[in-house]
Amino acid sequence: MSKAILYDSTLCIGCKACEGACAERWGLPYDDKIAAEEKISAHKLTAIETHGEHFSRRLCMNCQQPACASVCPVGALQKTALGPVVYDADKCMGCRYCMQACPFQVPSYEWDKRLPRMRKCDMCSERQSQGKITACSEACPVAATITGDRDQLIAEAHRRLAEKPDSYYQKVYGIAEVGGTSVFYLSAVPFEQIGLRTGVPHEPLPETTWRVLELVPDVVSTGSVLLGGIWWITNRRAEVAKKEGRR
Amino acid sequence: MERRFPKITVWRVIFAAIMLSGAYATYLRIRYGLGGSTNLSDQFPWGLWIGFDVMCGVALAAGGFTLVAIVHIFNIEQYKPVLRPAILTAFLGYSLVVVGLLFDLGRPDRLWHPLVMWNPHSVMFEVAWCVTLYSTVLFLEFLPMVFEKFGWHKPLEWIHRISVPLMILGVLLSTLHQSSLGTLFLIVPEKLYGLWYTPILPLLFYISAIAAGLAMTIFESWHSSRAFGRALELPLLASLGRVLAVVMSVYLWIRFLDLGHRGAFSLLRQNRMETWLFALEIGLAVVPTVLLYQAAVRLRPGALYACAVMVVFSFIANRLNVGTTGLEAGSGTHYIPKWSEIAVTLSIVAAGFAIFHFIAHYFPVFEAHSHEPAPARAEESEEDPVAV
Repeated sequence: MSKAILYDSTLCIGCKACEGACAERWGLPYDDKIAAEEKISAHKLTAIETHGEHFSRRLCMNCQQPACASVCPVGALQKTALGPVVYDADKCMGCRYCMQACPFQVPSYEWDKRLPRMRKCDMCSERQSQGKITACSEACPVAATITGDRDQLIAEAHRRLAEKPDSYYQKVYGIAEVGGTSVFYLSAVPFEQIGLRTGVPHEPLPETTWRVLELVPDVVSTGSVLLGGIWWITNRRAEVAKKEGRR
Repeated sequence: MERRFPKITVWRVIFAAIMLSGAYATYLRIRYGLGGSTNLSDQFPWGLWIGFDVMCGVALAAGGFTLVAIVHIFNIEQYKPVLRPAILTAFLGYSLVVVGLLFDLGRPDRLWHPLVMWNPHSVMFEVAWCVTLYSTVLFLEFLPMVFEKFGWHKPLEWIHRISVPLMILGVLLSTLHQSSLGTLFLIVPEKLYGLWYTPILPLLFYISAIAAGLAMTIFESWHSSRAFGRALELPLLASLGRVLAVVMSVYLWIRFLDLGHRGAFSLLRQNRMETWLFALEIGLAVVPTVLLYQAAVRLRPGALYACAVMVVFSFIANRLNVGTTGLEAGSGTHYIPKWSEIAVTLSIVAAGFAIFHFIAHYFPVFEAHSHEPAPARAEESEEDPVAV
């Protein structure tokens, strides 16, 4: 049973308690100055954004079929059965393909360190594996962010849309996007107005490259036979020509 | 040539200046990390070092596999005189790509990780393996020049014995590698601008790499003939120019069809940076292609050289568009390389020229033409088989 997060922008009061809890969980510094930064970065893995009178929250979407995990050449990123997409910094060689591939521009890099790592939210993987909810959900005073089973949260989101049709833009962000994510958004206004990327494809991104990659064995085997065959024919022709020339 | 070492020429001063700035940039990279030496950001994680040093470096080396295929697999012996310089370029190209990677990777000390920690679903994993294996193949293909130089006959024999499978392997690895650099960008459909994003990027990268490789071969021959006072193999290069025209035509036609099928031509009506960069790239490709169809152009060294240079520049523009500028709008940011990124890039290019010059001078790269390419030979190249 995989876990997920539901963030309801209509409930969020912008208190940033989630930011503080997240910083504490990762052992990152957190003060007023960092709180004022409205973007995620290597030292701030979740951020509350203000869009007019609405709030929004940025964090890793922990996609069902994550582009970052599919592109990582060393398998440093993995989608766990529990839901989180986890990162093993000891494997990472710093090619930053995950950052390029992420349709939500989530992974951040420790640009100024000499031995840098990628940083991103992992939905409190180790807390969740102990049966606890995420630090941000625990800290939220108004339950704008809640953690639960993915299926149940989808049902809950739809229930809210049906219950208060006037309060919500009638869609759940994260169900169709890139084939589904583990973080869902509800909003009073269309999602692009709270800074979410609505142009992302609805197809899981790993398929775009896999369609080509899966041809590799065919190309290699067919290519060897073809090139070997061509060499055999042309070489024979040259040998014959040489012999006939001698005669 | 080593006798003239102390002499100061304009080119040597420029070379020294480039290398010094590169050395300082290298210091910045080591001391202050990527943040202190590049203008990369979380929104724009790949810049000039990937877009130029890696993506262009690999493809400018494509002459190596193209000519190996032509000479040894299709057995078209007339191109043999330009085979070795092409292999040397490829070997240097790949070595320098690895140098570029050492600058760009956040943890260059873990360059070897993909060889041990596998993820076959990753294009980058395929790229890493292709770079490693093909560099090894190129090294082995380059070795005979060393063995000949020192007159080591035994190892020369061994190399010759495995040469055919080695060459086939090299061509296959190049095919995979050149195309996989295009596949890298299939994962960013929402970021890469519509003039460049297409599901057939791998195919386009492959064909354009062949064209760039051929152009580089002409480029090198022209330069080395001046540097070493050799006679230019003009009829041979002219017929290579003919092949180049065909490959470029195929490439441009596929791009035209692709833009049409995807309905991307409407993008050209927008007055924005991408439109102009696209126009530049295509213009630099169309002009030499048209010109190379004229015999008068192919047979004039200067004109042939100019065409080759245009093809190379068009190709570099393409790789930079796919790898950097075409991603700016989709990433919601602007990227202009920092001076240190440019300095490192120029140093790598300059080092490439210098090492090529050194090796070409001391090793049997440009063979003595025992079988001189008679002008009549050029006519035989009518049915050139390269544009497969």
